[in-house]
Amino acid sequence: MTAFTPPVAMIDIGALTDIAPQGARVVKTAFGCVAVFRTATDEVFAIDDLCPHRGGPLSEGIVHGARVTCPLHSWVFDLATGMAQGADVGQVATYAVRVEAGRILLDTLSLARKSAA
Amino acid sequence: MQKLVIIGAGMASGRALEYLLEADPAAYKITLFNAEPRGNYNRIMLSPVLSGEKSYEEIVTHDADWYAARGVDCRFGEPVVRIDRTNKVVYSTSGGVPYDKLLLATGSAPFIIPVSGKDLPGVCTYRDLDDTEKMIAAAKPGAKAVVIGGGLLGLEAAAGMQLRGMHVTVIHLMGHLMDRQLDPAASYLLQKALEARGIKVHCKGATKAILGTDKVEAVALEDGTIYGADLVCMAVGIRPEVRLANDAHLDVGRGITVSDQMVTSDPDILAVGECVEHNKQLFGLVAPLYDQAKIVAATLLAKPAAFRPVQTATKLKVTGCDLFSAGDFADGPGREDIVFRNPGRGIYKRLVIEGDHLIGAVLYGDTADGAWFFGLIKDATNITEMRDTLIFGPSFQGGASVDPMAAVAALPPSAEICGCNGVCKGKIVDAVLAGANSLDLVRGQTKASSSCGTCTGLVEQVMALTLGGSFVVNTNPPMCKCTDHTHEDVRLLIKTMVLKSIPAVMQELGWKTVGGCASCRPALNYYLISDWPLEYQDDRQSRFVNERNHANIQKDGTYSVVPRMWGGVTTPTELRAIADAADKYNVPMVKVTGGQRIDLLGVKKQDLPAMWADLNAAGMVSGHAYSKGLRTVKTCVGTEFCRFGTQDSTGLGIRLEKLLWGSWSPAKVKLGVSGCPRNCAEATCKDVGVVCVDSGYEISVAGAAGMDVRETEFLCKVATEAEVMEVIAAFIQSYRENARYLHRIYKWVAKVGLDWCKAQVVDDLANRRALYDRFMVSQSIYQVDPWAELARPDQRGQWQPMADLSLEAAE
Repeated sequence: MTAFTPPVAMIDIGALTDIAPQGARVVKTAFGCVAVFRTATDEVFAIDDLCPHRGGPLSEGIVHGARVTCPLHSWVFDLATGMAQGADVGQVATYAVRVEAGRILLDTLSLARKSAA
Repeated sequence: MQKLVIIGAGMASGRALEYLLEADPAAYKITLFNAEPRGNYNRIMLSPVLSGEKSYEEIVTHDADWYAARGVDCRFGEPVVRIDRTNKVVYSTSGGVPYDKLLLATGSAPFIIPVSGKDLPGVCTYRDLDDTEKMIAAAKPGAKAVVIGGGLLGLEAAAGMQLRGMHVTVIHLMGHLMDRQLDPAASYLLQKALEARGIKVHCKGATKAILGTDKVEAVALEDGTIYGADLVCMAVGIRPEVRLANDAHLDVGRGITVSDQMVTSDPDILAVGECVEHNKQLFGLVAPLYDQAKIVAATLLAKPAAFRPVQTATKLKVTGCDLFSAGDFADGPGREDIVFRNPGRGIYKRLVIEGDHLIGAVLYGDTADGAWFFGLIKDATNITEMRDTLIFGPSFQGGASVDPMAAVAALPPSAEICGCNGVCKGKIVDAVLAGANSLDLVRGQTKASSSCGTCTGLVEQVMALTLGGSFVVNTNPPMCKCTDHTHEDVRLLIKTMVLKSIPAVMQELGWKTVGGCASCRPALNYYLISDWPLEYQDDRQSRFVNERNHANIQKDGTYSVVPRMWGGVTTPTELRAIADAADKYNVPMVKVTGGQRIDLLGVKKQDLPAMWADLNAAGMVSGHAYSKGLRTVKTCVGTEFCRFGTQDSTGLGIRLEKLLWGSWSPAKVKLGVSGCPRNCAEATCKDVGVVCVDSGYEISVAGAAGMDVRETEFLCKVATEAEVMEVIAAFIQSYRENARYLHRIYKWVAKVGLDWCKAQVVDDLANRRALYDRFMVSQSIYQVDPWAELARPDQRGQWQPMADLSLEAAE
């Protein structure tokens, strides 16, 4: 018996080099924008491009380590968990994403779950 | 006896042969083909051969006698051209050899950048002994070498040629050297060490062409730089050599696909080394290749075995550069960093912890504990107990000390506290016992923490331990939680220690985090722009959104666009262009600002470049309404029309704005120029105000009309417009050089005092001139319209979403 593995459907959204190190780009989806981040060490994360505080575009924040600071009111989020850091309480949705041969692959099923949620 | 044919006599197949013959010398009759006319040598020791520290003979692992003694039929210098799988025969240039089992060990081929001139004589790769000999032959003292690729191999090639007396330049495509093995901080130290020995490093350099007629003469980069070259070495990476496997229709991905048993899609053909792909992974370092060799030997002898890749560690074989990296040190889910920096001794250590385990380590300058850390990573040791002292290495472990003071208390008197001045703990304790009960006294008597200041915290801890509860540590707040230094200290140290990059500041001043935070990064970026205008390159990713996107973000994520209107003067043509842009891009609101210009609010990010291009076409540039820099120069109409005007205040305002625009400063700067003391331009609540009078110009500074409201203070009165321009540019330069980030001019003047400012720019004419000159040097770089640059066709893509999945089916 093998453990149940949820199905994944990875879709190519662009090259790693399309995003500046310590930067982000946006992917438009039917359910709102997803911010795709690249850290200084070339890790890639995908989270909702919408701060739960006042709706700021997190893709425009300053990226430091694996965190981003919202450009509107400086809430800080962990890119891996989507959890707000410090005294602020909140969370943004995260999406499965990985890099293969220099291309960024985003899990569209985790996006679909977003619509169901 | 079964027949085994091996194609490729490299390190992986060499090790497989050793394992096989050791386990059962009689199992196979072996034929070994090699395209290179020699047997197995230790390829990773080519760097010491290149540098002259070793000879080829010293790195040979299997000489002719070794093969002869084991009955291996060697076919060296005889390339294999075809594999006939149906009849199980391998064909070389001189005929066929039948096999029962075949082992592919074809290795890898260096990647050649497809640029013009790549085939010129004098261009080589760095892969085998022939390449190495080519470089040695070209290495005449004083000759110029260019190495393309700042990875492990490229840097070893560069160091080797430099040791042979060549002038070496390394060109690296990425932002920092060895970007796959090192983080920016360790890479900074490495670059510094290489540069100190005379190797020039050019990062973010994309090779455009290799120039030369009969032989290589130079390398041209995309950014226009040209480096003269007698030799060009390409070391930009390798790709698995899979041609034979492809022709034989074996399964090939990026490499030859193998199972856990190292068997290819043909059960009688195995593969090993850099040519294989296992679980989508390729292998370039020697440790996993040796593991594969072990599995190959077992499989050939029909023993059960499975290849499981393990973590690998990297060491750079460049004498004098001690660096070590192992495991995974990228930022990632739930990971935590422990960082230790000793700026005085050029040491950087970073451990990456996930849960209760160490998963990655980067060490520079002191790699003695590398093997210990690597062991903890490989064995997945639970490090909970030693977490707080882990970074100090194995010699520190044993006692469960969780209190950081306890670690300091446990240090012997001979332990060095201040690396810059070589002050040990005992000396500080002695000074305190002799009466030095303040940090300043300890600094004065021992010099501890008087240079870079990073050890201030440690010195204070030693003092606290010696004095007991009576010692109160310094309360001046640090810049942010990433550092113990104040803004003032950082500004000072950037200048005195000649720090010219963000990684340099973070390393030399002992930053406690890896990449800073949203508070210190913009400040550091500004300080470096201000202090090293010609050398430092602006880091866009360290800027707040408005300065990164050259527009003001609004609460709904749209932007506002404000074109510059010099001195608040516009023309019907400009107004038409603004109106057209407002129509074309459906701007929801057009508003007149307090700075005498027009604001287009509610513009979508993706429309920004096109809108800028339209405004540029009408002769307008960015108004920098978003910047910590010059915003506006507000004017009244002056003598041109006003019956009370005493001077041409409008013209002076325009000339001031044309002098000052584009400059970055600690916070925004607004000017006003009024044509008479009625002060219609409200000049006396601006950062810098000019009020014209019959006899000249009264300059006042440090006003405010925001959260604080202040009237300006009188700086000086001058007789000519030329003096107005020089005094104001010099004053703003002094502010740029000295103020702390985000402090408006009025806050800065309150700190340093107006008298100090007068001494700088009014009384000391030579100093005023020098400040003005430095301002103009900075303007030679920064007085450019960012809109024009970012509206260029090649720049526009980044303003769009990287992908649009909104039309994709949800399921």
